[in-house]
Order: sequence, then structure tokens, then C-alpha cells
Amino acid sequence: MLAIFKREIRAYFVSPIGYVVIVLFLLFSGYFFSFQYSLGSPDLSFVFSQMFSIVLFVIPILTMRLMSEDKRLKVDQALLTAPIRLSSIVLGKFFAAMVVFLIGFSGTLVFQLIISAYVSPNWIVYFGNLLGILLLGSALISIGIFVSSLTESQMVAAVASFAISLFVMLLDTFAEIINISIVKKIADWVSFLGRYEAFTNGIFDYSNVVFFLSFAAVFLFLTVRMLEKKRWA
Amino acid sequence: MVIQMIEVEHLYKRYGNILAVDDVSFTVNDGEILGFLGPNGAGKSTTMNIITGYLSSTSGTVKIDGYDILENPDQAKKRIGYLPEHPPLYLEMTVKEYLNFIFDLKKVRFPRKPHIEEICRLVRIENVYNRLIRNLSKGYRQRVGIAQALIGNPDVLILDEPTVGLDPQQIIEIRNLIKQLGKNHTVILSSHILSEVQAVCERVIIIAKGRIIADDTPENLSRNLSTDHSLTARIAGPRADVANLLKTVPGVKAVTCLGAREKGVFEYIIEPFENARDIRPIIFERLAQRHWPLLMFKSNELTLEQIFLRLMDNAENNKQLFKPVNETKSEALSGQAAESDESAEKSQEEALSLSTDNQEPDSGQTLKDKEEV
Repeated sequence: MLAIFKREIRAYFVSPIGYVVIVLFLLFSGYFFSFQYSLGSPDLSFVFSQMFSIVLFVIPILTMRLMSEDKRLKVDQALLTAPIRLSSIVLGKFFAAMVVFLIGFSGTLVFQLIISAYVSPNWIVYFGNLLGILLLGSALISIGIFVSSLTESQMVAAVASFAISLFVMLLDTFAEIINISIVKKIADWVSFLGRYEAFTNGIFDYSNVVFFLSFAAVFLFLTVRMLEKKRWA
Repeated sequence: MVIQMIEVEHLYKRYGNILAVDDVSFTVNDGEILGFLGPNGAGKSTTMNIITGYLSSTSGTVKIDGYDILENPDQAKKRIGYLPEHPPLYLEMTVKEYLNFIFDLKKVRFPRKPHIEEICRLVRIENVYNRLIRNLSKGYRQRVGIAQALIGNPDVLILDEPTVGLDPQQIIEIRNLIKQLGKNHTVILSSHILSEVQAVCERVIIIAKGRIIADDTPENLSRNLSTDHSLTARIAGPRADVANLLKTVPGVKAVTCLGAREKGVFEYIIEPFENARDIRPIIFERLAQRHWPLLMFKSNELTLEQIFLRLMDNAENNKQLFKPVNETKSEALSGQAAESDESAEKSQEEALSLSTDNQEPDSGQTLKDKEEV
């Protein structure tokens, strides 16, 4: 797993992808922070809640080549014939993407320090927010990895992931329009926005943590199954 | 005691309706170099992919050093170094980074630096060690692929067409390397070049349409197949007289004139009877008596395509006689003749020698410019 992880981290920073993702995160979080700064609020929750849609649209860039590139270059033949488990291949890639994602949010720590120059900020709220964005990221990254494992083309993977992100974003809007109670209930239950906003509102609910973690686990598992399935095709 | 390093039993692989691998069984002993020979699409790569655990078989088992590739993948894969048809390279890495990555990936326990350096020296890639793989030529990429397979010094090396894309000098180097590796490794290498397999391998398996149609040493293979070899002779002398003379030589079955090659010089194909003794000295003597100079004389060596045709025909005949020989299967063979026709586009002579070599089923066939004398 470590070998894959190290390679993927390197790959992110040899290609522009790692930099692009980090710059996008820093740029938008900085923009939202400057807005909040001008209002004089010491709470970064605003920044985090605004970052929701940015995360949705940047993560496909982060995950698009993770699995598809291996297939295209036929490196999967080396990976799958090495004495290493399929799950550690997938997890290595997952954690590499998570680390880049986390670096993208390193800017918020700087903002927190800027705030602490004026007032002492609430660190617990900050870490709650950070945990929220990490959980959201892990769920979305695992979906992205799964989509990437379905195709040989990075572009197809990216477009499909964008489509899924769009769906996730519009799910709450649909739920409002549709009047069938069962559909509404389901939409509310899977609503990424609702569950993520709980974190930015300062509510720490275990069910949300479990939701995002199990979501990530399911899609990572499905990715492993995809690799396995390829052998039997 | 002979250790069976690779045991393959009743391997089948089905892709939809296509049977890519059809009941392939063989064993490879420790330290043996086995050549896998077959035309494109014969199932060589699929078989190798199954042996290395990249693909799963539809049914059948593969054991590496006693470990089943499906039940004990970690132990089995640890013993395999695999060079796939297309070397599995990350283009944005340097050779150094890539080999270190593979070193980590395979969880090799040797001291890192000397091990990687030794392999680089072996396959001669020290001079590109710090270059991006993207910028390497095909030959160098192939060698990095071989280096990758050697990392961890695995007992079994599986090389899928290792010399593709290399220049002649490199091909010789790599062949020597494989021979050298064969001293303490078990090697399977695939190729569609007969001479390569002959040069390197102690044993050859010929595979076509997913079936093993021959499993023998290269010498036996060409000996058994070349008993009734035809000869090509270029003789200066009157055409009809020479042909008549040749026909009177004991052991000659048929003589075909291919036409004039130089002024007054004609080329003939002489077909001996099956199992006839060597007719060449007699032909030489008879011609010498008549003072007809023999300008060229060669036995028509079997090319891979011809060996295939032979084996196909043998198998077909066996089938017709209802002999339960394991290499007979009707549908596997029917399309093969057409396939090998492609290779016959080269020259007229070759096309002709091919059809004469293959006389059993279609001896009645006459080509336009082939004049029966």
C-alpha cells in the first residue's frame, strides 16, 4: 500500500494535477475568507459551507486518472501480478488523493491563525469543520476512484464524476420539488449537503460520520470488486 | 530430483463465444527455458496472463512452485517476474524511480541499491537510469520492462515477446541474457519467431487457436517435421532433359520446374518420397556425369508458417482417422490454412515451396506459373 501511496503522491506533483487542485482549493477558500474577514466574523464555518460546491467540482480532477491511467498504460498488469492485495492498491490511491485534498485545505489553518491575532478562535468548531470536509472528501473521492476504475479514459472518468457531483448537488433541490414523501425521505437521507451542513452548523452527529465513512467504504469495496471482475471477464 | 516449477492443468479461458485457451496443460521443470510459439491471437498472451494471475481462467489450475495462483496468490506471485506484451511503465517516472517503485511494490528484501544496480547492469540501462521513461526509445522501454520483471530475483520469469522492438544487436544481447538467466531461473518466453525460440529454448510448445499442438525440443520438432523435405535446385542444362534425369533418381517423387532463372539455367523443386534416404549425393553425381552444373542446391527449411501448416495437416488427418490424439480438434484447425496464406505473399518461390511442402491434402492443386514437367 505504501509503495502505491508514495507513487501516487509523486504522480500528483510531477503532473500539474496536484498543483491545480491545491491552487483551486486555496484560491476559493481564500476568496471566501476575505469575504468573511471583511464582515469581521471570527468563525470559519462560512468558508467551509461555501467550499461544498467547490469540493464537488474539483474532486473529479483529483480522481479522474487514479485507476484509468493504470489501465491505459497497462501498468495494471504489473500491479495485479505483484504480491499485493487489490484492496491495498485501491487504498494506496485513496489515501494519496486524501492527502492532496487535505493539503488543499491547509489554507484554512492560516486563516485560523490570522483570526487568532485578533480574538482567540474556537478551535473545536474549526476541527469539526475540517473533519466534515474530510468526510465529505473521502466519500466523493471514493466515488471518483470507482468511476475511474470503470473506464480507460481520464476524460470519461472526469465527466462522469462531474455528472455525479452535479446530481449530489441538485439532490436537495429535487427533494423540495417532489411531493412524494418516500422519495423526499430518501433524498433527505442521502443528502450530502444536509449532512455536511450539520458540521458547518457546529453539530457533530455520529450518524453523519458513519454515513460518510460507510459511503466511502462501499465505493472503495466496489472498486476492488471492479479490479477483481476484470480478471474474470 | 526434478522440481516442477510451473504446473498448468486443463486451462480453459472463454471470452463470450470465443475459446481463447482450450484445454492447455503442461509442466515446466526448475531451470528449464520453455518457448511458447504461436501466431498472433493463438492464446499465448492469455495463457501467460493466467499463469501470472492477471486473468483468471474459466477453469483449470495453475501452480507455481506448488502454490496455486488463485488460492495462494501472495506466495505464487512472489515467485514470478512478468514482462507483459506491453511493458507496464509509468511514463512520467524516471527509470530509477520506477524500479524503486517496483522494488517497494514487490516487497523485496534484498539490499535496495546493489540489487537495482545489478539488474540495470544486466539489462544495460545504466546510461538511461536517470531519464524519464517517456523519453526512452521502444528498445530501452522494453529493457526497463525486463528489468522490472527481474526485480526481486523471482524463480520464474514469464516474458511475453521479450525481443519485440529491439534492434538486432540488442536482440542478441537479450537472448544471451535469457540463456544466462535460464541457468538459475525457470523461464517461459513467448515468440512468433522460430529462430529465436530455437536459439534460446530447450523446449517448445506450439500453440494455435488456444490449443497445444506440439510440445517438444526444437531439434525434434524440426527433425520430425522435415523428413520429407523438398529440395530446391538450380541447374544449368536443357530443361526437359534435366527434369527427366531428376525423375529417374531413386527416391524422387516429383519434379517441378519453376522456370528460368538465368539464361539456360532453370530452377526445380524436387520432392523425395517420405522416409526416403538422402537423395542429394545421387543427384549431384548424376548431374556431374552429364556435365550439368549444379548452381544452387538447398533443402527448403521449414518456416514457422510451414511448421504450422504441417501440424495442422497432421492434426486434421488424425481427426479423419478418428485417432484420439490430444492435439486434434476440428474447428481449431479449419481457419488456420487461410491465416497462413497471408504469410505466403512474399515471393513466388516461397509460395510454391509452401504448397509443395504441404502436399498431402492439396497435392492436386496447381499454381498458374507452376509447370509440371
